[in-house]
Amino acid sequence: MSPADLLTIPFDDWVNFLVRDILVPNFRPFFRAIQVPITGVLNALDAFFAFVPMLITTAVFALLAWRYVGRGMAIFTVVGFFFIDMIELWPETMTTLSMIITSVLFCTVIGVPIGILVARGDRAWKIVRPILDVMQTVPSFVYLVPIVMLFGVGMAPGIIATIIFALPPIIRLTNLGIRNVRGDLIEAAEAFGSTTWQMLWEVQFPLALRTIMAGLNQTLMLALSMVVIAALIGAGGLGLVVNTGLGRLDVGGATAGGVGIVILAIVLDRITQGLGEDNGVATMSLRQTFLSLFRRGSSTVGETKKAG
Amino acid sequence: MTAKLRVQNVYKVFGDAPQEALTRLEKGESKEQIFSETGLTVGVQDASFDVEEGEIFVVMGLSGSGKSTLVRMLNGLIPPTSGHILIDDDDVANCTPEQLREIRRQKITMVFQHFALFPHKTVADNAGYGLRIKGVNPKERRERAVKALGQVGLAAHADSFPSELSGGMQQRVGLARGLATDPQILLMDEPFGALDPLIRREMQDELIVLQRQLKKTIIFITHDLNEALILGDKIAIMKDGQFVQVGTAQEIVSNPADDYVAAFVADIDRGRVFTADDVSNEPAPVKLGQDTAQDAMRSMEELNRNALYVVDGDQVAGVVTYRDLAGAGDQPQDLADAMVTEYPTADGDAQLHELYAAASSGLPIAVTDENNKLVGVVEPEAVFAQLSGEESAAPEPPNAPDETGATKPGAA
Repeated sequence: MSPADLLTIPFDDWVNFLVRDILVPNFRPFFRAIQVPITGVLNALDAFFAFVPMLITTAVFALLAWRYVGRGMAIFTVVGFFFIDMIELWPETMTTLSMIITSVLFCTVIGVPIGILVARGDRAWKIVRPILDVMQTVPSFVYLVPIVMLFGVGMAPGIIATIIFALPPIIRLTNLGIRNVRGDLIEAAEAFGSTTWQMLWEVQFPLALRTIMAGLNQTLMLALSMVVIAALIGAGGLGLVVNTGLGRLDVGGATAGGVGIVILAIVLDRITQGLGEDNGVATMSLRQTFLSLFRRGSSTVGETKKAG
Repeated sequence: MTAKLRVQNVYKVFGDAPQEALTRLEKGESKEQIFSETGLTVGVQDASFDVEEGEIFVVMGLSGSGKSTLVRMLNGLIPPTSGHILIDDDDVANCTPEQLREIRRQKITMVFQHFALFPHKTVADNAGYGLRIKGVNPKERRERAVKALGQVGLAAHADSFPSELSGGMQQRVGLARGLATDPQILLMDEPFGALDPLIRREMQDELIVLQRQLKKTIIFITHDLNEALILGDKIAIMKDGQFVQVGTAQEIVSNPADDYVAAFVADIDRGRVFTADDVSNEPAPVKLGQDTAQDAMRSMEELNRNALYVVDGDQVAGVVTYRDLAGAGDQPQDLADAMVTEYPTADGDAQLHELYAAASSGLPIAVTDENNKLVGVVEPEAVFAQLSGEESAAPEPPNAPDETGATKPGAA
């Protein structure tokens, strides 16, 4: 005896109906349109990284690693990138890098404003929070199929899947960062007649920046972990190498792709963490942080414990 | 003088249906009763006061007395439930958010207990925050911020970050931030509460000095009655959201309104409340070249004093004691010969604790004005009588000088 004896619910049919008969025929142009900016950014980045010589890209990353993490990480970056190049996966790595940067960029553009918005009101947060929970718990394979139906296959759908998967942390941490700004600072800003925008730009955002950077780092890591899955629906790069290896039972090929992803992940993770901690000194404005990218030497980085 | 800030029947009730608490308060129900029956918390009830321009109005109360709520209503950080708060003619309690913002930008600023400096901004940027919000251009903003920092003695630290400064210095930055926009009213919410006692004392003295030049209208919140008495031109004592007593320091110390106030007054530093003027007598000087030693002795006997000041025209010339005059025997004597030209003096507004050294010399203290004109005389006994809290501010009559000229003051 179970409830199913009395009533069964054709849940799968409902979803099929919703996606196939409502969304796909009616909203397909809309979903296609969403892809346009993503494809634009992705193609530009891809072309850029294909155009810049490997040695220069390596040098830039090594410098960033040196500036924000330390000398050890810079050496790791050089050795790692040379290794990727020597196992002949450099172009695939750059494609993956373009995808990652595109996903993270869109996650930031979407996630930070949403995070700020939900930090301002408990009601908004009550609505957004369960959505984020769902986004983080639904297995990504579940939404791959509807994404393919709505967006087709290719790089852009792969990035959209990545965005869905990687978006929650930056929203959560932006929300957290803004909410954790000390109450008396908010009060002080208010007492001097700040408008909502002034409060946000002068006080809340700069003080939340460290937490937001932590969210960015998390988002980046999640995006990297989606590389292989996104390749299932036609996104190229290292994920494709892994999938191909898997399909042909080519252990060596799959491992090579995997190693490439790991090296890229370590480099990006350490650099963004270093960036976040640099802000964490709580002394730098956005502009100063930006300028410091071009100023080397007497930096606050020194001996970062988390160096790779 | 005109009232810069007028607070009229202000109430603050925290909770969902504050009106109910107001009607219950009108019926005479107590705060506790309302809380237990409705869950509404009465923060401030029926506060009314006027603050004159250039005056320091101190609100003193223990934690939970509603003083922080009260001060936050003055600049609208907490909207009052009912009542009026008039700054000039603008009612902070009933205005649009835009008007409120404008009032905060132009007229009223605040200094916070835990400084509330922006950790990501330099000291100069912190001090210039209000100006930035007003849209003052960077050059002028910097100038005015540095000028405000100069007023609190921190101009040299303009480019440091707050975390590099000590607590006392941080609060100076907080004060500079409050002063930089040149507001008319400065709200100070327990500004020295988080500082060490020594630094606190120093800051209090500096605030007094600063206020002499700036003449801001200051509303100062504190839980320390000593601080209230030192700083306040007028003091309100608050308990359970209500004013228990409003008055000058002297009024509160000499006439506590109830046992609650009296309990506070019992252990305050009276030496910092009362001034030389409070304990001085009329000078009754003898005149140089006019009065004789006999005149002086007669007048001392009449006034029951041991010494009198000698004036030359308007100026104080010296002091003669009964002992010196009597010891010289019967021959007529010129006052100038018996006169001691080293004598203790004090300003009329000097606090009693500043008079201890002078009082222990045994001679009465000459209270002079800025032109060295004698305006009063403080008997040493009067200083100590006032300190010990004996009711009569008038000096105890000293023992009548006896034939040998032995006098009591030497023993004081």
